[in-house]
Amino acid sequence: MSLFTGYALTVVGALLGAALILASLLRPLLFADARGIATDAISPLTGVVATMRTGVLAVADAVSGYYAAGTQNARLRREVEIARIRLAEAEAVRSENARLRSLIALRESEAPPIAITRMIGSTAASVRRFGFIGVGADQGVEPGMAVRTARGLLGRVLETGRDSARVLLLTDTESAVPVRLVTGEGTAMAQGRGDSLLRIRLINLGLNPLKRGDVFVTSGAGGYFTPGIAVAIVETVTDDGALARVISDPAVSDFVAVQPIFKPEAASALAEVEAPVAGD
Amino acid sequence: MERAEPSVRRIPSRGAIERRHSVAVATLVPWLSVIAASMVPTLVIATALPLVPPTGFLLFLSWRLVRPGLLPVWSGLPLGLVDDLYSGQPFGFAIMSWSLAMLVLEIVERRFPWRSFAHDWLVAAIVLICYLGAGMILSGAILRPPLLVAMVPQLVLTILAVPVTARLVSFLDRLRLRRWRRA
Repeated sequence: MSLFTGYALTVVGALLGAALILASLLRPLLFADARGIATDAISPLTGVVATMRTGVLAVADAVSGYYAAGTQNARLRREVEIARIRLAEAEAVRSENARLRSLIALRESEAPPIAITRMIGSTAASVRRFGFIGVGADQGVEPGMAVRTARGLLGRVLETGRDSARVLLLTDTESAVPVRLVTGEGTAMAQGRGDSLLRIRLINLGLNPLKRGDVFVTSGAGGYFTPGIAVAIVETVTDDGALARVISDPAVSDFVAVQPIFKPEAASALAEVEAPVAGD
Repeated sequence: MERAEPSVRRIPSRGAIERRHSVAVATLVPWLSVIAASMVPTLVIATALPLVPPTGFLLFLSWRLVRPGLLPVWSGLPLGLVDDLYSGQPFGFAIMSWSLAMLVLEIVERRFPWRSFAHDWLVAAIVLICYLGAGMILSGAILRPPLLVAMVPQLVLTILAVPVTARLVSFLDRLRLRRWRRA
């Protein structure tokens, strides 16, 4: 190949790249299939690394645990005693709760998870915060489903491959989750900032009732997320809401669960309403 | 009788005489190493900040700076395409930016034909700052001040990683030309 052809090809490549960027910014899911195949292709490798990562964390925990064993033991003893008492109280509350529920004929609506898997990776070099999980369309995972750890919400499935899926994490700037205070007063949107914090924007403006340490859970608005999954804990209060820290950290939790869409009809109806707006 | 030419006798390693390198390996190593490096960031879980240097681009850049002419000038197109599949950036970003980087480095080389590692590092740092900056602007993320702050650690790490990847490239280059096939 002559020198000139090489340069010409490079310029063509740059222009082609620019065109592709434009296309994928306008339609983010345009290349989802290609990405899905690519992620599937390396999922054996990423799976192994995920297992190793958990192993390393366990060893680190064991080592640090050894140093603090004595004081921790004493502290835990006290805590267990208190916890036993609280547990008994909780048992009483639970039975009362069940009785009241049966009184008003309310059914538990906690759906079982679609799949349980490991977090196998993330786009660690990009500004965008995507994660990869080890299940995909073959296991019944669909875009829009919530992904959670034992501690709380992690994000939402964005694209699926056959055996892997790409998750939009809460910390991404495009992520917005409808949330409410655990205590029930005040609904808000939790929006990613691109650094480690979420921005909580209260929907009812007025006196800001938030204080440091308040916990937000999913409200179920929008139909995607089951209500009551822990999302974030307030760190600093601002004028129109707060800055909050994400509760679930996938880097330290082994397994994640994919949950079905809470109200599929509501979610798809909303998506149709929003689609023309997003296209502008 | 004259002794053999010293430089000939100093050719290293066990039985390298009568052996030659494999053309396939010599050709493939740069390409495969860049592809592998593109996949590395996906193995790390970083939920809070972009923290890992863009290893694919770093290695690509290092091959270009350490062994100019080995990767053809148009190689940004195919290698960028692979990187785009894993990077999380909008598809096409690496195709464009890697191609542009190749063109920029050609121009720089024409203007400053002499070279030293410090010079290479400086050039790489400028290219990397532009690359990460453009990556942020074109990522589709909503641009706010916190995002800018969040970029800083990755930028620093990336620039500091240049000597490491340059070393890695020269190691891979030795590996590439290792004479292991019987002549």
